[in-house]
Amino acid sequence: MMHKISIKVNGDLYVLSVEPWKTLNQVLREDLNLTGTKLGCGTGDCGACTVLVDGRSVTSCLTLAVEMDGKEILTVEGLAPAGEELHPIQRAFVEKGAIQCGYCTPGMELSALYLLKNNPSPSEAEIREALSGNLCRCTGYNKIVEAVQWAAKELKAEKSKSTRSK
Amino acid sequence: MGLPKFNYVAPETVQEACQILEKLGGQAKVMAGGTDLLIKMKHGALRPKTIVGLRKIKELRKISFRKNQGLFIGAMALLEEVASHPKVKKLYPAVAYAASQTATVQIRNMGTVVGNICNAAPSADNIPSLMAFGAELIIASPNGERRILLENFFKGPGEVNLNRGELVKGVLVPPPPEGSGVSYQFISQRSKVDIAAVCVAAMVVIDKGRTRDVKIVLGAVAPTPIRALEAEGLLRGKKLADRSIQKAAEQASQEARPITDMRATSEYRRLMVAVLTKRALLEARQMALAS
Ligand SMILES: Cc1cc2nc3c(=O)[nH]c(=O)nc-3n(C[C@H](O)[C@H](O)[C@H](O)COP(=O)(O)OP(=O)(O)OC[C@H]3O[C@@H](n4cnc5c(N)ncnc54)[C@H](O)[C@@H]3O)c2cc1C
Ligand code: FES
Ligand code: FES
Repeated sequence: MMHKISIKVNGDLYVLSVEPWKTLNQVLREDLNLTGTKLGCGTGDCGACTVLVDGRSVTSCLTLAVEMDGKEILTVEGLAPAGEELHPIQRAFVEKGAIQCGYCTPGMELSALYLLKNNPSPSEAEIREALSGNLCRCTGYNKIVEAVQWAAKELKAEKSKSTRSK
Repeated sequence: MGLPKFNYVAPETVQEACQILEKLGGQAKVMAGGTDLLIKMKHGALRPKTIVGLRKIKELRKISFRKNQGLFIGAMALLEEVASHPKVKKLYPAVAYAASQTATVQIRNMGTVVGNICNAAPSADNIPSLMAFGAELIIASPNGERRILLENFFKGPGEVNLNRGELVKGVLVPPPPEGSGVSYQFISQRSKVDIAAVCVAAMVVIDKGRTRDVKIVLGAVAPTPIRALEAEGLLRGKKLADRSIQKAAEQASQEARPITDMRATSEYRRLMVAVLTKRALLEARQMALAS
């Protein structure tokens, strides 16, 4: 049986008919053509499929689309809306050389965003812990940790600028 | 890796969920976060015809504390919510710690403490500390509710004491007695993200210098989490001296019935039971004396 769901993805509302066994990952990639969210292991281990659902990071490969009715989803495509400049976290990954093949990057960036929203000044250990559900086969992680540290500084600087200009 | 086909229903009340489960029996599976269930289905180990999702039952998301009744963790309370709940952290630190050490950030944002219990893995991170606190499960059926001590819930790996039509509403943890401490210790092979190779929880209640009560719970060293009853017996009523702790730790290691698998050999597990039991008793004693 098909289930009707309405979901907001990166601010856009979609009303879809989904089969119960479809994962959020499949719906994003196959139905909405949002292929920024990757599929790695399919079993919750690698984090390549990470997205935010109502602000919480989850692995979309283990999330049933039918359970997403009424939810707001953020994928890497929503970090920097089309035509606008990169999100500070994305800029940090580019600046710090934290991207090699790039397959882990969307998931890493969403895990980094989730961390920095809840803990704007994380220690190195906290960053490593927060990213322990995201595997990278290329970088050796150090550059990724540096990128998150850099992004944390940028985001704080932006925040203090915007509160000062108010 | 895709999922096999199934039907999905999301009842809005516990009563309705139980009626569906009663009607469908073994063909239906309850789903909380799905982080165990969906993986087993992807691997072909389970093929339920219907998944009964608990997500729409609002009351199950609750975590609450009452002085005389203790802590209630609803079936849909996320691991992350339990790990970060101020009352849980303050009064049941070993419960919050175990939840915070389960899996990864993302899985803690999806999976539940009750799902961890119902999945009944011998290595489940959240069972030993809850057993040490003397937790009970509240089980709902179409005809009402019953309670069962957590330690009587397990029949074997993945097998629990639930009848047709029943589901777990939540776990009830009694108020911590005065002068008590509970510690959770574990070892995993790789990072902490890995499933525990051995885990131990210890609870002690110290009254006028003597051990009034003690529980030692061992995980991943038998088909279900078990109490090390003889080790407990060595301590009950005695002074909790370093030497008795050492003896109890060695006794606990004799009570373990570990197997060899990809995570550890049985010999290593047995040795680690002694190490972790000692650490857990030492920390529990420290907490009890500071309380
Ligand atoms: C990458 C990864 C890492 C992991 N790491 C760990 C770890 O370090 N430690 C650890 O212990 N576990 C770990 N797990 C296992 C899993 O995440 C936990 O066991 C989790 O707590 C399960 O909760 P859930 O809500 O997702 O359960 P579900 O998958 O929804 O359910 C699990 C089982 O319990 C049954 N069930 C669930 N709720 C109820 C209920 N209310 N009444 C009756 N039956 C019910 C289901 O039918 C199913 O059989 C890991 C999993 C993944 C994918
Ligand atoms: S693809 Fe989802 S965690 Fe690996
Ligand atoms: S950059 Fe290749 S997996 Fe991380």
